[in-house]
Amino acid sequence: MAESVTAKNLALAKAINESLRRALETDPKVLIMGEDVGKLGGVFRVTDGLQKDFGESRVIDTPLAESGIVGTAIGLALRGYRPVVEIQFDGFVFPAYDQIVTQLAKMHARSLGKVKLPVVVRIPYGGGIGAVEHHSESPEALFAHVSGLKIVSPSNASDAYWMMQQAIQSDDPVIFFEPKRRYWDKGEVDTEAIPGPLHKAQVVREGTDLTLVAYGPMVKLCQEVAAAAAEEGKNLEVLDLRSVSPLDFDSIQASVEKTRRLVVVHEAPVFFGSGAEIAARITERCFYHLEAPVLRVGGYHAPYPPARLEEEYLPGLDRVLDAVDRALAY
Amino acid sequence: MTVESTAARKPRRSAGSKAGATGTERTTRTTARKAAEPELVQLLTPEGKRVKNAKNAEYAKYVADVTPEDLRGLYRDMVLTRRFDAEATALQRQGELGLWASLLGQEAAQIGSGRALRDDDYVFPTYREHGVAWCRGVDPTNLLGMFRGVNNGGWDPNGNNFHLYTIVIGSQTLHATGYAMGVAKDGADSAVIAYFGDGASSQGDVAESFTFSAVYNAPVVFFCQNNQWAISEPTEKQTRVPLYQRAQGYGFPGVRVDGNDVLACLAVTRWALDRARDGEGPTLVEAYTYRMGAHTTSDDPTKYRADEERESWEAKDPILRLRRYLEASNHTDEGFFAELEAESEALGKRVREAVRAMPDPDRFAIFENVYADGHALVDEERAQFAAYQASFATESDSGLAAGPGGK
Repeated sequence: MAESVTAKNLALAKAINESLRRALETDPKVLIMGEDVGKLGGVFRVTDGLQKDFGESRVIDTPLAESGIVGTAIGLALRGYRPVVEIQFDGFVFPAYDQIVTQLAKMHARSLGKVKLPVVVRIPYGGGIGAVEHHSESPEALFAHVSGLKIVSPSNASDAYWMMQQAIQSDDPVIFFEPKRRYWDKGEVDTEAIPGPLHKAQVVREGTDLTLVAYGPMVKLCQEVAAAAAEEGKNLEVLDLRSVSPLDFDSIQASVEKTRRLVVVHEAPVFFGSGAEIAARITERCFYHLEAPVLRVGGYHAPYPPARLEEEYLPGLDRVLDAVDRALAY
Repeated sequence: MTVESTAARKPRRSAGSKAGATGTERTTRTTARKAAEPELVQLLTPEGKRVKNAKNAEYAKYVADVTPEDLRGLYRDMVLTRRFDAEATALQRQGELGLWASLLGQEAAQIGSGRALRDDDYVFPTYREHGVAWCRGVDPTNLLGMFRGVNNGGWDPNGNNFHLYTIVIGSQTLHATGYAMGVAKDGADSAVIAYFGDGASSQGDVAESFTFSAVYNAPVVFFCQNNQWAISEPTEKQTRVPLYQRAQGYGFPGVRVDGNDVLACLAVTRWALDRARDGEGPTLVEAYTYRMGAHTTSDDPTKYRADEERESWEAKDPILRLRRYLEASNHTDEGFFAELEAESEALGKRVREAVRAMPDPDRFAIFENVYADGHALVDEERAQFAAYQASFATESDSGLAAGPGGK
């Protein structure tokens, strides 16, 4: 190519695709594995065209066995490969949960650092696309509770591209939650940019009255909430966490010391969710700065409902605005 | 039995005749048991006699080069492994180890298969493979760290191509398969071996490893030590067909070997490893053996199995049979056994001393190697822990910790 065009307008799914392509080109040890990732290009087409260009030995269609996918990826990593595995949907990760929790997360520590497991587990997650059961869940807290794993979730195309690069380069296992309802959202991706640290939160909207914290699919919602609140004269700050483990408490603390109010938004059930951890730690760190208790908006302690009810279950504009009003009323 | 024949018996069953329900079930069970009777590859009988027949000829050629010296080496390995194991069991009884999983009775399966391996092969053990570890050159005292509670591993897996013990049943068969897929991708001619037990054969991970290894033609040998008992559950609670026959359904060969016959285990494992190296894919080896002791030191086998059963297996002792063969063949003299006894004593002493001298880990080891790249929360908690620890030193320094009537 005569001239390098580094900034592209890409859908989030396509950004991941291009990031995977770059990793396959750069490092011969990178492998893509999963159900339907080859000819079909994945059920969301995230791996579209990769097998055609890199062959069946680099982009591997696997048997329908999630524990097998993660377990063999561990073995490949022990042999020096860097597998990126796709779990087709959030609710299907549980057959692999044992391998992820008892093996992938702990082997580095058990070996006293002698072995490294640079495995990325990609999980399209979350609701809002009208899917049937087990296709809309947000199990990130179940993984964040486990030491040895890193849990990240991009909210936009640029982060999707760069965070995937960083996840693949990490010597630690990374659970990469992809917000499936944002797969088709487009954004600018500068493929020559120098990305910030993988686990640094980003202020995506500056504000002074209250901090909204979110990650993955809920960041866009929080930006919409901030825009709606602005019409009522409320000036909200929106923080995109990007990473659930580690969690950038310093950035949340800095924001809360400025705004003095915090609302955490995620799709996962509120009970024992990542919002609970954020609320507890921020209360500890910012007790004398807070003007209101940290509030949480998320899913209920109920199975993810049938699609016709998911708008009731998922945090929406009004539910988040309601929490904002309650926090501001203290 | 076909569905039709079962249906045909129904009227008689409801009629309550002797050939009724019980009879039908009995027939089915008998059929299953008959099929489960061992069809073993055996090269040495329990009496220590070489077996030569058409069935084992294919495997016997894999040990045609075994010299009397090699045989003495196998015998030495088994004796020393048994001694190490007995010492560890005693150390557990003395409170020096929190737990021990004895390999008593499985020496031939482990030494035979372990000595079939090349240095560049890779082993994925469960938690009872002390004999295989011995063959790999892992210092036996390193195996005791996790049982003493000073670490969760104790050796560098890449130092001897011997992975850490895996406690979750069957998980390692998938790691072995993935590793073997990597070996194939690298174009290397080494092989991988995964050890597991009869109980593990019921785990989904083992089934998935069979599927993956067959689909990708991975150079892996699945070495199942069927020691007849998964804690208190007999093999009949795991399977209705002989375990080696499982392989057929996945499209690769399975073979049952006399697991108390070190020569047969060596031969069959060599054969299976050769297949792997030649690109012929996975093999399932079922070593038909017996766990003579308890599952672990926490277990009480007298609650679930009869003494006669153990006694019948003691007659098939793997060490005794090789000794009989060595003696009958004039491959040894009294000097050999005396020297080995002295070596055995020395090993026992070394193990005892090493365990008692094993230092507790540094308390900050809790936070080490949780992540390769680091993690903010671990750093924060390590700092809190350090401050907490330091607070004792401060109190002590200021005399606060000296107690009533302090200095």
